[in-house]
Amino acid sequence: MLEIRNLHVQIEDKKILNGLTLTVNDGEVAAIMGPNGSGKSTLSYVIAGKEDYEVLDGEVLLDGRNLLEMDPNERAAAGVFLAFQYPLEIPGVATMSFLKAALNSQRKARGEDELSTPELMKRVRGAAERLQIPQDMLKRALNVGFSGGEKKRMEILQMALLEPKFCILDETDSGLDIDALKIVSDGVNALRGDKRSFLVITHYQRLLNYIVPDTVHVMANGRVVKSGGKELALELEANGYADYRTQAA
Amino acid sequence: MPAVQETVEQVRAIDVDQYKYGFVTDIEVDKAPKGLNEDIVRFISAKKGDPEWMTEWRLEAYRRWLTMREPTWARVSYPPIDFQDQYYYAAPKKQAGPKSLDEIDPAILETYKKLGIPLREQEILAGVQTSRVAVDAVFDSVSVVTTFKEELKKAGVIFCSISEAIREHPELVRKYLGSVVPVTDNFYATLNSAVFTDGSFVYVPEGVRCPMELSTYFRINEKNTGQFERTLIIADKGSYVSYLEGCTAPQRDENQLHAAVVELIALDDAEIKYSTVQNWYPGDAEGRGGVYNFVTKRGDCRGRNSKISWTQVETGSAITWKYPSCILRGDNSRGEFYSIAVSNGYQQVDSGTKMIHLGRNTTSRIISKGISAGRSQNTYRGLVSAHRKAANARNFTNCDSLLIGDQCGAHTVPYIEAKTASAVFEHEATTSKISEDQLFYCMQRGLSAEEATALIVNGFVKDVLQQLPMEFAVEAQKLISISLEGSVG
Amino acid sequence: MADVTPIRTAAETALAELFPAVKGRLPGDATIAGQRAEAFKSFVDAGLPHRRIEAYKYTDLRALLRDVPPLATEPSADAVEAARQWADPFAGVDALRFTIVDGHVVAGLSDFKLLPDGVEAWPLAAALSAGPVASGLMGRVAPAKSDPVLALNAALMTDGLVVRVRKDVALDRPILVRFLAASGAPSLIVTRILLVVEDGARATLIESHEGAGVAHHANTAVEISCGDDAIVHHLRANASGQAGVDLSTLGVDVGGRCAFTSVAMVTAPSLSRHQIFVRCTGEHSTVTLGGGALLKNRQHADTTLVVDHAVPDCVSRELYKTVLDDEATGVFQGKIIVQQPAQKTDGKMMSQAVLLADGPTMNNKPELEIFADDVQCAHGATCGALDDDLLFYLRARGLPKPEAEALMLRAFVGEALELVDDEAARERLDGMVAAWLAARA
Repeated sequence: MLEIRNLHVQIEDKKILNGLTLTVNDGEVAAIMGPNGSGKSTLSYVIAGKEDYEVLDGEVLLDGRNLLEMDPNERAAAGVFLAFQYPLEIPGVATMSFLKAALNSQRKARGEDELSTPELMKRVRGAAERLQIPQDMLKRALNVGFSGGEKKRMEILQMALLEPKFCILDETDSGLDIDALKIVSDGVNALRGDKRSFLVITHYQRLLNYIVPDTVHVMANGRVVKSGGKELALELEANGYADYRTQAA
Repeated sequence: MPAVQETVEQVRAIDVDQYKYGFVTDIEVDKAPKGLNEDIVRFISAKKGDPEWMTEWRLEAYRRWLTMREPTWARVSYPPIDFQDQYYYAAPKKQAGPKSLDEIDPAILETYKKLGIPLREQEILAGVQTSRVAVDAVFDSVSVVTTFKEELKKAGVIFCSISEAIREHPELVRKYLGSVVPVTDNFYATLNSAVFTDGSFVYVPEGVRCPMELSTYFRINEKNTGQFERTLIIADKGSYVSYLEGCTAPQRDENQLHAAVVELIALDDAEIKYSTVQNWYPGDAEGRGGVYNFVTKRGDCRGRNSKISWTQVETGSAITWKYPSCILRGDNSRGEFYSIAVSNGYQQVDSGTKMIHLGRNTTSRIISKGISAGRSQNTYRGLVSAHRKAANARNFTNCDSLLIGDQCGAHTVPYIEAKTASAVFEHEATTSKISEDQLFYCMQRGLSAEEATALIVNGFVKDVLQQLPMEFAVEAQKLISISLEGSVG
Repeated sequence: MADVTPIRTAAETALAELFPAVKGRLPGDATIAGQRAEAFKSFVDAGLPHRRIEAYKYTDLRALLRDVPPLATEPSADAVEAARQWADPFAGVDALRFTIVDGHVVAGLSDFKLLPDGVEAWPLAAALSAGPVASGLMGRVAPAKSDPVLALNAALMTDGLVVRVRKDVALDRPILVRFLAASGAPSLIVTRILLVVEDGARATLIESHEGAGVAHHANTAVEISCGDDAIVHHLRANASGQAGVDLSTLGVDVGGRCAFTSVAMVTAPSLSRHQIFVRCTGEHSTVTLGGGALLKNRQHADTTLVVDHAVPDCVSRELYKTVLDDEATGVFQGKIIVQQPAQKTDGKMMSQAVLLADGPTMNNKPELEIFADDVQCAHGATCGALDDDLLFYLRARGLPKPEAEALMLRAFVGEALELVDDEAARERLDGMVAAWLAARA
């Protein structure tokens, strides 16, 4: 599914990723853990194609296609979805309108027919129900005045609707109380499947109790410094990141 | 969001430098020689079949105009206008009172077709009476066709050209013309008073709710012809009327002068809603050509509990100088101004409103959204004032500017004057650009940069679009996106 | 407008005749004399600004200035002695004090000899005659031609203060300049302060304008040049009584990584205009402007400011509070200019007014003029009576109405005074607010 080889990235002359290499297989849920400033969010932005990041070396392939050559919207159409740590507010644009515009742009880019409005409404309503998002929220401007938890649920709703191949969850657990965390995790788990992979970025092990990963990677100083199974997360919880900071330095 | 999709497709469909409506209709024109003097004023007056009092009114305005100077306070710049190098009258040749579409010059109908204006007449003739919009189509300077007259007549509503009103309803015209915008008001209004050639007249009698939206499409056609429209709308006690004005103009190399005057009068408990979509030729990619739009629009809430609401979507013209205003004279009266002003290329917009609170318990609301792109300059200029006797006056003003690109300017010049302690005025203004993060977020969900911009801009102007009648809103949304075409790098 | 030749008013005629009559006794070398003549010419050409001049739309000096008193002369020994007895509004503030009586520096009441190392000060008249200091800097920050009131100041200034704070010197004690209008007959008092704060230095300047109820006309200009990394505070208080005219100009050039703050407190006199021109010429600086005006009777006070962002990454904040009673008029005109290179500018401006009676007028004109796209700029303006609900709440808690109003008004103006860094000085300003409110009750 996703192949990252020897990725070097800087932003405003500051080196953030230093030869990161990572493989995520079809259907795999990979967790990325690491201390603050280890480059986790940068990794998510670089995969999604945010402009400010300068890729100095390395490659990022999605099913063999070079993502680094694509615009962010082309990557989205190719199946990359980033659930933002801080979802943006778009004043004046109703959530439902936004969802329709996004979905139909992607379908068009893939050469598929646009979805009819009734069909779209049906899908959105179904997904909203599962995520316990009240219907009237769909009429409000996207993310404007939403609580932190509502914004995160809205990200998962979009994920469900857009049916991406490769989902990145960037600190999706931050700012969520336990009930919201459970709703969001259930939403994500419902989307797991053979053809869909996940990269779950988190600082704490807590989220991984609900979204159980197949593999866990530890990041420090812009590289993956250790990989293992889900037990690695528990080990980190017990011992902290101190070992890895020194190891990487 | 279907409208966004449609917008984006439309943007793709047109050539960047090709103004969509830039074509010229070739029909015979009956016009006065260039320049302005008392003889030309008399010529226009005679052409319009004015009664003598009207001719005198015009001449008085002309003499006054000779003593006046062009205003220079607006943030716009342009080479001096040679007022003697303009044609002040041009009319399509009369074909003895057209009674049906068949009698209309086919070239004119073709023009409307190209404009994509749904001239409802056709539907009516075909028996498809679905939409209820009455069109008083103005072609160059003469009303060519007025529809729906019969049905309006039944309701007692007078909707005709101003020339006809001067002839047929002199008592109303003499009572109200110039009572909101006096002949001496300003340079362009005075010029208009002398040479106006046509425009609309509406009178809604006491207690009548006008059964349909009234609509006039203006169009400047003849080369170098200044267009001087005069519109007068009177809503008598307890009546209601909604009036739509939409404009397009063909492409020209020379600047075209437009100086319209619109006067609205709302008596006790009456309401007037006036909506404009302005889409005149803004000039080419280098800023050549384009319409000069120097308009005086003013509404007088003369009666108690009256209400006047202006909504405008301004995307066209090389220069816009326009301040639709409300005089809140009647107690409990209300004024509203909703505006979207989009400027791109080398356009210059200086627009806003005046809310003049004179009566007690008067309220006003101003929502202005300015979008500047290219090398354009976009200024909001507004006045809110409360007279000493305007107890409990209330105003809320919100004016936001959005900048696209780093070569344009967005300016806000509000004047807020309170002379009574019981007035409460609140004003807020912001200037910002579309954030990179918002764009990235939209693109991450699959929208192209252009689609994302259109989406965010549409969100930015939503509060104002909502004020427009549905059909107009869709057209306006398209226009905004077309106007911003090519502004996102 | 410009092409109309107005008939001169009595005040204009008086001013036009004044300069030729007094120029021989004004201090300064030949260069300065030339600059004075040039400034005077630009004033005469423009005349007194009137309502058709946009910047003076709400303060029509042609209409408001009926006459002009004669230029102040050096105070007599008796006048100086009397002035010495005046209560110092900033008593208790540990400052370096300088005293200007009727537009002339009184060396005996000024701390020229107490200046710490790295700080120099001269009476303006001396500096003008000495040449080098003044001619190089004078009028650079606030060019005479930019404004007729300023031009008049440049032509007629009689004395004032020039202060230089050398590189990296932190002047802890504020420089307090007391302007005392002591003469019993009305006079025209024209003074100027030039404060140069070099790179990395710190200074605080306090202007205290005091009078005894005589209808003097004051025209004060303050030029401040802030070097890179400088921290400068400026305070201005006018509590000189109800009579007279006070026209003042503050011009500031702000270098890179500076913090500049200026707060003005106005309760006097009858007609005042305080204009502020700030130019950000270095990146990453913060400009904070604020003020409170408390006006009654038929007082008229105008605050007009322009903050010009010429370079990227600067922050500006403006907060002005106006309280109007009786038939007073308040004017606030604020303009934030963001020039094309000034990306990432963050500008916010707020003007709030409370009207306490049915007679006052408040004119607000908060402007934005923006040529750069990556900016965050906002302005707001509100105007109205005191919040009834809040007033009721306070009264329900047992406060009589006047006290409840005073409490609310003190808090209202207090928000602007919060911008004053020096605690002792802030307390004095708050005291002026309290005194004004007490006089009202």
